[in-house]
Amino acid sequence: MSILINKDTMVVCQGITGQAGSFHAERMLEYGTKLVAGVTPGKGGTTHQGVPVFDSVLDAVTNLKANASVIYVPAAFAADAVMEAAEAGIELIVCITEGIPVLDMVKVKKYLSNKKTRLIGPNCPGIITPAACKIGIMPGYIHKPGNVGVVSRSGTLTYEAVWQLTQRGLGQSTCIGIGGDPIVGTDFVDILRLFQEDKETKAIVLIGEIGGSAEEEAAEVIKQEITKPIVGFIAGRTAPPGRRMGHAGAIISGNKGTAVSKITALKNAGVTIADSPADIGETVARVIEQVGIS
Amino acid sequence: MKLHEFQAKDILRKYGVCVPRGKAISQGHDAPKIFQEIGSRRCVVKAQILAGGRGKGGGIQFATTPAEAQAHAAGMLGAQLVTRQTNQKGVEIKFVLIEEAIPIKKELYLAITIDRSLQTPILIASIEGGMEIEEVAKRSPDKIIKEPIDIFFGTHPFQIRRIASKLGISEISSTRLNNLVTNLFRAFINNDCSLLEINPLAVTVDDEELCALDAKMDIDDNALYRHPEFEQMSQYQDISPVESLAKKYKLSYINLDGNIGCLVNGAGLAMATMDIIKLHGGEPANFLDVGGDASLEQVTQAFKIILSDSKVKAILINIFGGIMKCDVIASGIIQAIQEVGIHIPLLVRLEGTNVDIAKKILANSGLSIISAKDMKEAASLVVRASK
Repeated sequence: MSILINKDTMVVCQGITGQAGSFHAERMLEYGTKLVAGVTPGKGGTTHQGVPVFDSVLDAVTNLKANASVIYVPAAFAADAVMEAAEAGIELIVCITEGIPVLDMVKVKKYLSNKKTRLIGPNCPGIITPAACKIGIMPGYIHKPGNVGVVSRSGTLTYEAVWQLTQRGLGQSTCIGIGGDPIVGTDFVDILRLFQEDKETKAIVLIGEIGGSAEEEAAEVIKQEITKPIVGFIAGRTAPPGRRMGHAGAIISGNKGTAVSKITALKNAGVTIADSPADIGETVARVIEQVGIS
Repeated sequence: MKLHEFQAKDILRKYGVCVPRGKAISQGHDAPKIFQEIGSRRCVVKAQILAGGRGKGGGIQFATTPAEAQAHAAGMLGAQLVTRQTNQKGVEIKFVLIEEAIPIKKELYLAITIDRSLQTPILIASIEGGMEIEEVAKRSPDKIIKEPIDIFFGTHPFQIRRIASKLGISEISSTRLNNLVTNLFRAFINNDCSLLEINPLAVTVDDEELCALDAKMDIDDNALYRHPEFEQMSQYQDISPVESLAKKYKLSYINLDGNIGCLVNGAGLAMATMDIIKLHGGEPANFLDVGGDASLEQVTQAFKIILSDSKVKAILINIFGGIMKCDVIASGIIQAIQEVGIHIPLLVRLEGTNVDIAKKILANSGLSIISAKDMKEAASLVVRASK
């Protein structure tokens, strides 16, 4: 068990012939992901990284039954790529692309609102169920199968947390980067609910950062619905207000989106906060011992 | 990217929004001519900097004669303006806007922005114009009116009527508000704004016109590629030479007050690195994210940028290589040191792809580099080295 993806997930890679798409398609295949097709308009009928390439997502779905998509196309074309995949009936879209204009994402969200498709990202590292399926750009070897679910707005900070878990022998059920943009397809709340339902997930790591109110909204849901233990870390306690800290969504505007507000909300919801990013693994180990999960 | 008031007003004028007649100048001696061209009895001279609170800092002055306008303009241009939104040094005033002073009956607040929770544009209005909206939100949240805007349809007239009634403005003003909001929303969408704020929006004394006395326009950086017209405006940005160098190399860099330089890959890890430095009793000198997939040249430039900051007393490099290969970081560090030299302690923590090759490269370089096995050790060592 895991959430959203498993060893049977059939993946199509949009932008497979581009530099990033090509590099990561190879890594995903190495990891054992069932990457069944690629899409690059105008290159249909060829093969790339040993995978058949189609002109459209619909062709890939019709011919090879792909049910998930990973997007590496440039920012200017990424919104269209998401909508194309949704229209073709793809159930799970993982958009890695960084730098999509926010108004494009507003339109995408509106377009997806009456479809069954779930979008993860954009501007995210992707999703991985260790030893089963990797969709994204995360280094595979740092992961290990197990019972900790990880959800994060960041990329490398997630690797850091996962690596701390793995080194302590704490494997992961599924790890998801929801993305660092102001508007993302899937938020903390959606993933927390999925982890709550997932039998294999025994504990959850939530990594947030300054900007927006996704962590505060997550805290509300945690209070009401989530019974599994959660360890949280919020990046950006020392970030100055009014400056965008790398991620388009990581900005304190006025007095909104501060680390303190998020930490307070999560603590009040019963989340154990790791004060140092170096202590995430240790904190999870402690919490697991306390509640007695094997 | 933030636009200056005069740039935003020039754009709004093209969208049929009422803005005071005026012009921006960079030389004080141009002021009398502009004053006369405007032909108003009373003008206002406004410092053009990308920070709020200008009035209290002396950046907004009224003039009733051409000579007075010149005196105000000359006094402001070249001076540093300190407001509660700038740092203590303030920001140099390179332009002033001279425009007609409009007699006002009432000051309102109007803005369009993106609501991150609702994931849609939102119209915000308030009867408390001229105040900072955060202040109003804190003091009297009931005076803030919000209406979500459908990205495909725009605002509906019934929404505007609802706002007008809450603002207590006349029927004629309500009709004008509908036109104004329609025009503002067009400007918002067409220019890929993340914020378009009119504060104050004046209801004028004479004929109840709605006039934008100030305008703040933030453009979504991710959308700049489809707006070449903003390229030449970027030269007016209030950013330091170092920050503009960083921008050129697509590095995400923010200068801070501390003395520990940081070079990190990934925004989340870069913030977490600053946090852990602080947690160990140090102060970060900067935020620097080299990105997920930096080139050798970017790493070299990033390192040089940190070294160019004279307050930096120690450097921490924290890399978790996913796509980013650790050996590229190692080579970039060595190249930068060979070019500019280094006289302060350098701490390196590498993990991930090609970490063994990278460690070998650093060990064979003959440079005195302190290695740390994890983030905690790196933070405590660099804080000690900085003191």
